[in-house]
Amino acid sequence: MRIAGIEDGPTIMLAHGFGCDQNLWRLIEARLASRFRLVLFDHVGCGASDPSAWDPRRYESLQGYADDILGIVRELDLRDVIFVGHSVAAMMGVLAVSTDPSRFARLVLLTPSPCYIDQGDYRGGFSRNDIDELLDSLESNYLGWSRSMAPVIMGTPDQPELAEELTNSFCRTDPACARVFARTTFLSDNRADLARVSLPTLVIECAHDTLAPREVGTYVQQHIDGSELVTLDATGHCPQISAPDITAQAIVSFAGAP
Amino acid sequence: MTRQPEWSSPVETFSSPQSTGRDEVVEDLLENAPCGYIAARPDRHIIRVNATLLTWLGYDRNALTDKPFTDLLAVGSRIHYETHFAPLLQLQGQIAGITVDMVTADGSRLPVFLTANVKSDSDGEPLLLRVTIQDARDRRAYERELLEERQRVERERARVHLLARTLQRSLLPPSLSPPKGLDASAYYHTASADDVGGDFYDLFPLAHDKWAFVIGDVSGKGAGAAAVTSLTRYTLRAAAVFDADPVSVLQNLHAVLSQESRDTVNQFATVIFGVLTPHGGEFDVHLASGGHLPPLVLRADGRARYADTIGGHPVGIPMEPKFSAARFRLGPGDTLVLYTDGLTEARTGSGTERYDYHGALLEFAAAHSPTTASAIVAAIQSLLDGLGAGVEDDAAVLALGVPLVNSPAAEVPRE
Repeated sequence: MRIAGIEDGPTIMLAHGFGCDQNLWRLIEARLASRFRLVLFDHVGCGASDPSAWDPRRYESLQGYADDILGIVRELDLRDVIFVGHSVAAMMGVLAVSTDPSRFARLVLLTPSPCYIDQGDYRGGFSRNDIDELLDSLESNYLGWSRSMAPVIMGTPDQPELAEELTNSFCRTDPACARVFARTTFLSDNRADLARVSLPTLVIECAHDTLAPREVGTYVQQHIDGSELVTLDATGHCPQISAPDITAQAIVSFAGAP
Repeated sequence: MTRQPEWSSPVETFSSPQSTGRDEVVEDLLENAPCGYIAARPDRHIIRVNATLLTWLGYDRNALTDKPFTDLLAVGSRIHYETHFAPLLQLQGQIAGITVDMVTADGSRLPVFLTANVKSDSDGEPLLLRVTIQDARDRRAYERELLEERQRVERERARVHLLARTLQRSLLPPSLSPPKGLDASAYYHTASADDVGGDFYDLFPLAHDKWAFVIGDVSGKGAGAAAVTSLTRYTLRAAAVFDADPVSVLQNLHAVLSQESRDTVNQFATVIFGVLTPHGGEFDVHLASGGHLPPLVLRADGRARYADTIGGHPVGIPMEPKFSAARFRLGPGDTLVLYTDGLTEARTGSGTERYDYHGALLEFAAAHSPTTASAIVAAIQSLLDGLGAGVEDDAAVLALGVPLVNSPAAEVPRE
């Protein structure tokens, strides 16, 4: 866990999604640090988290991750938190603010999806088979994960610091944890939890995101009372990296609003 | 005609003789390189694909132009790409050797290694993605074989564990049925999940209101030792029916093991065989030891000592057998403890020190006396747990105790 930005600014908590770790916020951190106090952390099982904290049973549901978020908020005695959750961490935020709304002021859901699998009329974009294929892909990729990724990431002589950080972070991802996190992420269905959110909420989606397509963004906005939807002209699932300026602008104008 | 540089002359031999060669060589290298090429805009839309990749995937050139190249990835790989590789590519400007599946025009999968880098403008804004693709079918097939082999090894290992556990269990009585008025308790500590140890114990009724008890340790480990253990167990049971005198029983066992050893490697065992005879509320113990560690006798008044069984030979060694006999009585509150050398020979610390080199077991027993059969077995079990990996060999413990007459346990009528 890490605290950045200015001490007396409004508190923004940045929660990373499945795949990488808090390093994915670095471009956003640079853009928000002058106005906000930023709380960054790695979920248990990711990045530089304590391996002994891992518990495959606890983290087979998103509530386990949400409880960790509440744990951090209470431990630091944070109040009026603006929670920004990317990807699956958006749903962790939904669960966290529903469990204990007293600590939070606003909620920002960045490329959220309450359910990745198609169910009846709902189009999450994926079938159960697709998700099994991902789990297989993780399984076979982890055979050479550390070996193939480490030289790749280290091959950035112009940004040695970045390379080392990412290398460490990726090498620390235990394949067993990643498998559980992937299952929890892609097999969860939190559609019913959206209605429990009573905070001012901003949904940020990308114009072209195969993981969280636009109808999913619309679905989330429609099922959280009074929420706003912003569509970024960006491609992919990680606009905090691919379009950091407009992503930061969207967060700032919502978080900084009276 | 200007003279071409040296390097290009072999190329000219297969390019058109009319052309100057240079552009055509570059074009040919791009189109027919031994790897797939994709040039795409930062939003992933394909600007150009080379002929090699089109052939691999079975697509028409026009079918791919302006489609996101990520559409060519299998769904699982696409999620993996979006969650892991895309952000890395963005942050670092390149990724290399990642493993993904592409989908061909007929829907089949093409396993590939994908490498990409980003062309950026002077402000660092990405202008172009350059992607190369290597056919990884052979390599992935090899990796899959490795994975399957690993899974097969894990399955085999589980099978061996089960086999070893089952075999071990078959060498021990499923439960102890002591005579009325005697408590019995036993524990078997397995040092290796992959192997069968040669330790064993037994407790069974003989004719004429007598009971026999046994503890022993067959030399060696594994299937061979298990076979000898099994032979030893049923020989002891049969010999005891024939003549229950402990020394005679061990002599019979010696004859059988020596016979067996003639055909194979010498197999021997250290064994204590004893007979219990009830005598009022007490039990007469008559035992014989063939080179086994002396049993502990823990008295109701708290005294602990070793029974005198020194001097016997292991059963089955090729020499004139010599066994030592002992007689004593167990009264209320007394406990007899038999054990194997997995306990006494357990390593303590990193050196050559073993648990019982300096009398630790007798001290331990004295500290727990007076006791009961189940209490001392539980204490030794936690002692073994505490010694952890220092216990390098299997260890067996069998305890027989006469409950105190006034103890609540003794008042409960036994079935």
